[in-house]
Amino acid sequence: MPYVPHTPGETAEMLATLGVSTIEDLFADIPPELRPKSFDLPQGLSEMEVLRRMQALAAKNRTDLVHFLGGGFYDHHIPKAVDALSGRGEFYTAYTPYQPESSQGTLQAVFEYQTAVCRLLDMECANASVYDGGSAIFEAMMMAVRQTKRTRLVVSEGLSPIHRIMLSSYTSNLRLELVTVPQKDGVTDLAGLTEAVDDKTAAVVVQNPNFFGSVADFTALFAHAREKKALSVVSVYPVMQSVLKTPGAMGADVAVAEGQSLGMPLSFGGPYLGIMASSKKMVRQMPGRIVGRTEDHQGRTGYVLTLQAREQHIRRAKATSNICSNQALCALRAIMHLCLLGPEGLVRTAELSMERAHYAVERLTALPGVTRLNDAPFGNEFAVRLPISAYEAVDKLTERGYVPGFPLGRYYKGMDDALLVACTEKHSFEQIGIMAEMLGGLL
Amino acid sequence: MKTVFDKSVPGRLGTVPGEARRKAADFLPADLLRAAPPRLPELGELDVVRHYTELSLRNFGVDGNFYPLGSCTMKYNPKFTECAAALPGFTDLHPLTAQLKGAGQYTQGALEVMYDLERLLCEITGMCDFTLHPMAGAHGELTGSMLIAAYHRDKGNKKTKVLCPDSAHGTNPASATIAGFEVVNIASRDGIIDPDALAEALDDEVAALMMTCPNTLGLFERNLPRIVELVHSVDALLYYDGANLNAILGKMRVGDVGFDVVHLNLHKTFATPHGGGGPGAGPVGVCGRLRDYLPISRVKKLEDGRFVLSYDHPKSIGYMSPFYGNFGVLLKAYAYILRLGREGLTRVSENAVLAANYLRKRLEDKLEIPYNRTCMHEFVASAVRQAENGVRALDIAKALLDRGIHAPTIYFPLIVKECLMVEPTETESKQTLDRFVDELTDILALADADPAAVQAAPVHTPVGRLDETKAARDMVLTHDL
Amino acid sequence: MIPDDLLYTRTHEWVLVEDGTVTIGITQFAQEQLGDITYVELPEPGDVINTGEEMGTVESVKAASELYAPVTGEVIETNTELETAPELVNEAPYGEGWLIKVRPAEDIDPEELLSPAEYHELLDTQAH
Repeated sequence: MPYVPHTPGETAEMLATLGVSTIEDLFADIPPELRPKSFDLPQGLSEMEVLRRMQALAAKNRTDLVHFLGGGFYDHHIPKAVDALSGRGEFYTAYTPYQPESSQGTLQAVFEYQTAVCRLLDMECANASVYDGGSAIFEAMMMAVRQTKRTRLVVSEGLSPIHRIMLSSYTSNLRLELVTVPQKDGVTDLAGLTEAVDDKTAAVVVQNPNFFGSVADFTALFAHAREKKALSVVSVYPVMQSVLKTPGAMGADVAVAEGQSLGMPLSFGGPYLGIMASSKKMVRQMPGRIVGRTEDHQGRTGYVLTLQAREQHIRRAKATSNICSNQALCALRAIMHLCLLGPEGLVRTAELSMERAHYAVERLTALPGVTRLNDAPFGNEFAVRLPISAYEAVDKLTERGYVPGFPLGRYYKGMDDALLVACTEKHSFEQIGIMAEMLGGLL
Repeated sequence: MKTVFDKSVPGRLGTVPGEARRKAADFLPADLLRAAPPRLPELGELDVVRHYTELSLRNFGVDGNFYPLGSCTMKYNPKFTECAAALPGFTDLHPLTAQLKGAGQYTQGALEVMYDLERLLCEITGMCDFTLHPMAGAHGELTGSMLIAAYHRDKGNKKTKVLCPDSAHGTNPASATIAGFEVVNIASRDGIIDPDALAEALDDEVAALMMTCPNTLGLFERNLPRIVELVHSVDALLYYDGANLNAILGKMRVGDVGFDVVHLNLHKTFATPHGGGGPGAGPVGVCGRLRDYLPISRVKKLEDGRFVLSYDHPKSIGYMSPFYGNFGVLLKAYAYILRLGREGLTRVSENAVLAANYLRKRLEDKLEIPYNRTCMHEFVASAVRQAENGVRALDIAKALLDRGIHAPTIYFPLIVKECLMVEPTETESKQTLDRFVDELTDILALADADPAAVQAAPVHTPVGRLDETKAARDMVLTHDL
Repeated sequence: MIPDDLLYTRTHEWVLVEDGTVTIGITQFAQEQLGDITYVELPEPGDVINTGEEMGTVESVKAASELYAPVTGEVIETNTELETAPELVNEAPYGEGWLIKVRPAEDIDPEELLSPAEYHELLDTQAH
């Protein structure tokens, strides 16, 4: 039997030690009436047969399409060394580092990850990760609710609609008031948000660049929030963050991010990485694992899980969060990715992606009837209005091997003609040209 | 060991792409740009490879060490599942591709995997339907608790409380709280749920009982039929925490015996690696009366054999994950289930239970075993005798590390003093189990003869016992603090 | 160690009443149970606390314990030393490790708190 090593002789010896004659005797606590009514699973397969099936399934996915899909999830190149290093069994077959002396590899790597996250976001403290960007925003909101003892949350409609749906699901049983301030043509409404943040507000939640790719400066909004004793939460895109004004510089209290772009393949939606960072004074509200530096009795530096009194295994119902397993291996990939690219590599990645997006804008807006949704500054993603339905444009081009972007009407009313286009360093100028020509052919 | 930041050499380039012709400042006004590039390490690729290889050698993992960490099911993670999940046909797939026209026309392989895995998990557990969206065990608990809340709300029930046994994982009460419930603890008797205590705690305000079976002591809940009847008698639901499913594959299906909601830990029972703390996957299965509330999207199979994503479920609790769960983890569990099949999965539990009982029997005259009867896939021992001599469970755990064996779970469940919770799993050979007994025997003998030697452990690990009080007081959480 | 000049609660806080001010801390027993204290969360001056309600938290590495207000009143001072030296609660729970000073809303009725003898009795029953 696969992965069960005992020979019949060894099984017999073990049973003899127990003084029973069959393994079934060990299941005597489960009476006949509780036994399975059915267990109609397929016969096991050999390793070769399973892989053949998996390859056949993989081949049914159209990963040959040239796509300009983003929406918070981006196809950046991942240095091959990330796979090689994170694939070391010492890392990926370990559990949560409960025994620090035998887990210094994981613990130090998380400490390095926390440091890199803080430096990238210009914040003071980070945790060891949560599930994804959306759950990170939820946890950030809950930090604000606990810290301020208020229940009103002001959310920009420029925040990813995927994340906003998650937030409304997660908060459905909690007595919280979610107020959404509409975006205007894909631009975050700073005036509207400022007006909505009052002295009952726990936090204002924004995204930079927002879902439409528009970049903004939230410094004044966050200062206003501080005056109202509300907290500021911003969700960012880590690659673009290498060039954009930082959450710290804008005065954010909690900065979060979907960390997929730091070394995680798109992999049909996960596993991804929820990045969370905050000011030091809020660290006790932070959910999940946090690694701290300390020393042993000989004065040797070492790392441990710390501030655990916040967590569910100690606080139970009063914990800051229910999270136990996080995305540790993804955090490990992120720190490796950041180390391999370094500051120069990350900035270049952002700039190469921007350069391509700006070329795409030039090409697309040169087509008849195609205009940008707004004139806000953008990075590697932008929205355009088409003279035809965006769904139709996407469908027709996809049939020919190019997905020109994502139809915004899927998540925003009145935007059936709007297309969200993302570029990364992996796109060639030629591919962008072909996409524009194909789109032009439809108009 | 130095951090990767200590090793940084200003100006050194790593695995960088080419330079863009235009810079960020050409595209964005200065007030939107950051003042200086982020202070990330500047290293060559080999520097990075050496650093993380060296770090990896400072870690125990299942690949290198016996890892009998109770409640965590640290079984061997077959290598071929990694290959299956790394196929570019899966890793290169943008999740939004499935939200283009045809709701999955371009992602048929991925949807088929999800559909098929849901059906397999239904058959394994006897539940009617599954969602694969929850991204970890606790996330599954939250999802399950939210389903329970949605069910009662829809029925017009005024339910405010969730019951948890005192032996429960801490995530149970924490998850129920986020779903809006007040948590009430119920006391165990003789290591299992006391039906009388349960009956006393049950009233019309109880929404659910969350239980783990076998429980965290490794004991089967012998009063299960009575518990099911009691819980259902007040229109409360019965929640199954799947942390210990490795004990009962093919021996009992939770759906058959009356559980209404279950979460599974694919990173335990179905052999996906723990990754040093995650990512996991915590699919949730439900009985028929809860299926309308499952998160969206759902995968549907059409009559023509095509698969589509369906979002039109008005009673759904909404999105629990941004897309379809930790898909990469789901792939590994799927490959594992296909490999083992009906026979193989049954053998998993049989051999997990055999190994745990074998260790329990061989250790019973060396350590106190508070509930010393046939256990399931794990058992709890106690170092109370040794503690009288100053050697605590913690000391025994550290001494095991010195011998290359990961420690059992210690000080959990909370209801046993000085406890060591041992879960060997089905993948460990008799030689490994025997060696564990030998090493532990040796440590216990040393605990009698020279307690200080055990208290000083570990000495062969990269660092000795670390000052956790200092860590919590000083709060050095990054290289810069 | 149960000083004679203090009053106590069932949740192991102590209370010192003098000159219209109430000083509050946790007992020797409580600090021993928690172990090395790493953090103390207290209400802020100006906050009002109500008898029996949570007013803060004491944390050690492996445990956390809620603090319950022994009296009703306005917080007039907190022990800011504890922000950087929480170990004072371990070292001198009845002295430098005090937590807060409160101006009680009404006169303290000693009958509503435990006398040293009653607290002694409570510890005896909890020990078994």
